[in-house]
Amino acid sequence: MIRIENLCVNYGAVKALRNVSLEAFPGQITAVLGANGAGKTTLLRTISGLVTPQSGNIFLGDRSLLKMATENIARLGVGHVPEGRGVIAELTVEENLRLGALATKVNIAEGLEAQYQQFPVLGDRRKKYCATLSGGERQMLAMARALIAQPQVLLLDEPSLGLAPQVTSELMKSIRRLCESKNLTVILVEQNAKSALRIAHNAVVLHLGTVVASDDAAVVASDDDLRRYYLGLVQ
Amino acid sequence: MANFLASPFMHNIFSGLAQGVLYSLLALSLVIIWQSTHVLNFAQGAMAMFATYIGMTEMDRGVGYWWCVIISVLVGMIFGGLAERVLIRPLYGKPEINPIVVMVGFLGVIEAVAAAIWTSTTRNITSPFSQIYFHANGQVILLSPFVIFQIVLAIVIMLGIAALFRFTKLGLQLRASALAPEVARLLGVRVSRMLTIGWMLSAGVGAVAAVIIASGTFGLFPTNMDGIFVAGFIAAAVGGLESPIGAITGGLLIGLAEQFILSYWSATLAPLGGIIILVLALMIRPQGIFTKNVERRV
Repeated sequence: MIRIENLCVNYGAVKALRNVSLEAFPGQITAVLGANGAGKTTLLRTISGLVTPQSGNIFLGDRSLLKMATENIARLGVGHVPEGRGVIAELTVEENLRLGALATKVNIAEGLEAQYQQFPVLGDRRKKYCATLSGGERQMLAMARALIAQPQVLLLDEPSLGLAPQVTSELMKSIRRLCESKNLTVILVEQNAKSALRIAHNAVVLHLGTVVASDDAAVVASDDDLRRYYLGLVQ
Repeated sequence: MANFLASPFMHNIFSGLAQGVLYSLLALSLVIIWQSTHVLNFAQGAMAMFATYIGMTEMDRGVGYWWCVIISVLVGMIFGGLAERVLIRPLYGKPEINPIVVMVGFLGVIEAVAAAIWTSTTRNITSPFSQIYFHANGQVILLSPFVIFQIVLAIVIMLGIAALFRFTKLGLQLRASALAPEVARLLGVRVSRMLTIGWMLSAGVGAVAAVIIASGTFGLFPTNMDGIFVAGFIAAAVGGLESPIGAITGGLLIGLAEQFILSYWSATLAPLGGIIILVLALMIRPQGIFTKNVERRV
């Protein structure tokens, strides 16, 4: 479980996050929604220790992640698929996957096999350089690379970015399936609010770094004002 | 066969390769650092020279040659790690000229300190390998046990480094740290440790080159790596700075070019070999002969 308390992050004079609090639970997807510049990516980067907050706290279970190095947060079981996927183009599919497992005690051969079963297309392309993969394949690889480490928490930053609607739909379904089957705590940052709300259990809406709504995903999805003013979902 | 091996052409090939592998080693060491930290270490040759002095002067106390080689390489690696931690780490994120200026200054300091400790007089290091050329059917072949040792050791080091980067967990973490440091950290890789290890490996490779040079006819003196560094730097640039294979190939090409110019033209013009190769490489493939234009989406 991830608990965030009164998180404030500044970039110089710009307040990127203002007193953001939220909780995300195992086996559930918490969607973090909002327009460009709302602070969604900053929130994930702060959880992973890439950005240092001015105040507030972040807990993984009872353990504070504040002041911990990014690599140590990852080793505690926080998997982060960054915006743009973070697949290393100059490495092969298998090297990217191995990299995901190196910092863990996971048996690499078994981990690879499990991911190839989960995402068969990656097995077919295991020796290919990632520069040759399509957007959808890269997204699968980024997810598999995070999952091979058997994380407790999965942070997904705009996984649907640049994907065709059909691919996005399948991706979202697989996120929901993985979350429930592996009892993962998933925080899903998305601009594609419609797709995210379809699979999320809970939703948090950010606007200019402030939480303007935090509720059950179905409640947020049915709130016309939130849909119109913050999520760009015009009926 | 003996006539062929003793021909002027093969003389040039053997001499060019023997010199070229040294350039390749230094170029490889520069590329390892460039790949991991995007720093051009102008003190690379001088650091290797200093480590060689520390290691090889132990022979004066009766320590065996091979132990002195190991000490030189280990000292070189420690030296490289310390240079990264103390001199370079505070400069990450600063303008690229800053580490260049610091390392050029460091080069001057190292050479001055070496001259103060060991004087500028050339020391001859006696290796276990004879430098007398082989003969066949009364004809000289420009290969000696030492030249063979020089070429074989350089090839073993290059293959070892290639295998380390290609097949080991450490190598994968080193490559990831260089290519996408933020992503590597998100996957739990201790990137700052990898950068230090990259510098240590690089300095170790440089020290091997310096030990070979000191053990040959060149000998050991405080500025003995300056000329080799220039050729190694050109070789790394010819290869594209990002490519270990390119650096090795560049070093061999320059060694051969220098030798052929020396043989067929003039000894004083031999250093032009590197410049000619560099100009040709810049005209034909300015990104480096082995650099791939890979789309980066991270």
